[in-house]
Amino acid sequence: MNLDLIFGILQIVLIATTPLVFAGIGELVTEKSGVLNLGVEGMMLVGAVSAFIILVITGSYFLAFFVSILSGIIMSGLFAFLVLFLMSNQIATGLALTIFGIGLSSMLGKQYIGTPIDGLSPWFFVIFSFLIVFLVSYFFYKTKAGLILRAVGESHNSAHALGYSVIKIRFLSIIFGGSMCALAGSYISICYAPMWQEGMTAGRGWIALALVVFATWKPERVLIGAYIFGGVTILQMNLQALGLRFPGQFFSMAPYVATIIVLVLISSNKLRIKLSAPASLTIPFYKGR
Amino acid sequence: MIRIITFLSTFLVIAFGSAYAEPKKVGFIYIGPPGDHGWTYMHDVGRKYMESQLGDSITTTYLENIPENADAVRAIRKLADSGHDLIFTTSFNYMDQTHEVAKDFPDIKFEHATGYIQADNVATYSARFYEGRMIEGHIAGHMTETNTIGYIASFPIPEVVRGINAFYLAASKVNPDIKMKIIWVFTWYDPGKEADAANTLINQGADIIVQHTDTYAPCQAAQKAGVYAFGQASNQEEFCPDAHLTSIEDIWGPYYAERAKAVVDGTWSSGDTWDGMDKGMVVMSPYNTKLMPASLIQEAVNMEVGIKDGTIHPFTGPIYNQAGELVVPEGEVAPDGMLLGMNFYVQGIDGEVPQ
Repeated sequence: MNLDLIFGILQIVLIATTPLVFAGIGELVTEKSGVLNLGVEGMMLVGAVSAFIILVITGSYFLAFFVSILSGIIMSGLFAFLVLFLMSNQIATGLALTIFGIGLSSMLGKQYIGTPIDGLSPWFFVIFSFLIVFLVSYFFYKTKAGLILRAVGESHNSAHALGYSVIKIRFLSIIFGGSMCALAGSYISICYAPMWQEGMTAGRGWIALALVVFATWKPERVLIGAYIFGGVTILQMNLQALGLRFPGQFFSMAPYVATIIVLVLISSNKLRIKLSAPASLTIPFYKGR
Repeated sequence: MIRIITFLSTFLVIAFGSAYAEPKKVGFIYIGPPGDHGWTYMHDVGRKYMESQLGDSITTTYLENIPENADAVRAIRKLADSGHDLIFTTSFNYMDQTHEVAKDFPDIKFEHATGYIQADNVATYSARFYEGRMIEGHIAGHMTETNTIGYIASFPIPEVVRGINAFYLAASKVNPDIKMKIIWVFTWYDPGKEADAANTLINQGADIIVQHTDTYAPCQAAQKAGVYAFGQASNQEEFCPDAHLTSIEDIWGPYYAERAKAVVDGTWSSGDTWDGMDKGMVVMSPYNTKLMPASLIQEAVNMEVGIKDGTIHPFTGPIYNQAGELVVPEGEVAPDGMLLGMNFYVQGIDGEVPQ
């Protein structure tokens, strides 16, 4: 193996993993505040299509990403309104958001399929994805606001009793998650595979959700988990291309198996605390109780 | 009184129903969206061609993005329940699902693409794409400088393995030093993963990318890296003009029109159709004159002619398998049965077909 080959593999891993980092870190912040949003895939798709459409119309990358993030804010804002104010079930609403996102993105993008665009270099976003993980980590563990956010996720009643606005904090966390998911989507349609195709995120939203559990709700571990996932995927491709016998199916499955194992582990309460799952995850907050 | 009217009107409908024939309903099950500019796109082009040929005597419907699992049963049943007369299921792995529904609707005709099991009301049809793969292989053998071909394969089914073998046999004939690097991505449709596979192959020294997946992401990746690529299923030149050598195009329209016409006329019967370049079901996209020398284009065109008149067959012996056993003797061509069940690499390809 020569250095060029390894450097090339590294580049491909970085490019392929970045959308998982964005979506994963966004969802992590949402879940840390005690809200589970299963709409990641839907928000990514709407983010991807809106960025693509704006780029085709205006030709401006800045506007494309701006509008894409705006679309993520709108999508997640809708979710936040339903689960925080109308107290709808988070799991059902999140799934509905994904289904809605798939349909909406297909409809909006119909006439833009197969429009050629110039892709944007991914490196800015690759660096930004590392930065954002460290910023979130710093925010969680070194700032007061981060402590409050985590408190809301652990025990919303206590946080409320101390005078913090649970709804406001959760709303902002959901919005942050949504904009990160949209950013992940627009990265895919503008940098990673510059095109618009229906359902082009191809399940990466679900992988991001799995990553948060896999990472036991720790920001740095989302980064590590994402790179294990991306690394394993690209590595098995390389081994295949080198002509080695390799059960590709097994490695496509591995991250999900790991997630299931972690889920089984945290279903025991003692471990759950150790693994730092937010105690109020998916539990709706009723003011005045 | 009402009962009499009901009776009379029923009678009238039955009596004159055949004279004033309702348009026949033709349904399609697509594995991807019609906009993939690949496999599903070409089926949809075929559907539109059929509509244009048969006019008012048919109406068409399609269901897109149907996964190859129990959902497909529901989708096919939905079309059957809503009064379709002819249903095309356009992916190999719809096979069991098509037969499951077809059993319950003996009066509805089914057509299963790339399948190999027929029934009284289930016909199968496919195109001999491997003929196009042979031409691609020949071109690649001449065009490669690193003697390394990167091949992105989807699922280990005979259709895909056949394509790899046909490509390699032709490529190694013009260039015995040629090496194939094959990545199985286990998906038909994931632009990101297809691009990853293409970049991985390029990184390992491939200077020609061949794909058996459905989007133009690999061709785009090749364009970006400055290497060549073959498109898939439809002409993808506009997305990667500096990389695209040619594509194998799937032309389904005439077959669809013929089968739908048979349903309208009441002459439909089950069967197995496997047509190639001779019937125009497989067509090569215009060869890229900017990238390919004129002599090579001429060779490719001659090859097309030979395949059409039957003097050239991509699987002409002697052909050995990886173990060195002679599978097709000298002077013979591989029988269709062997091609349809092909699950081995020919001698010279490294690695093994995933099981």
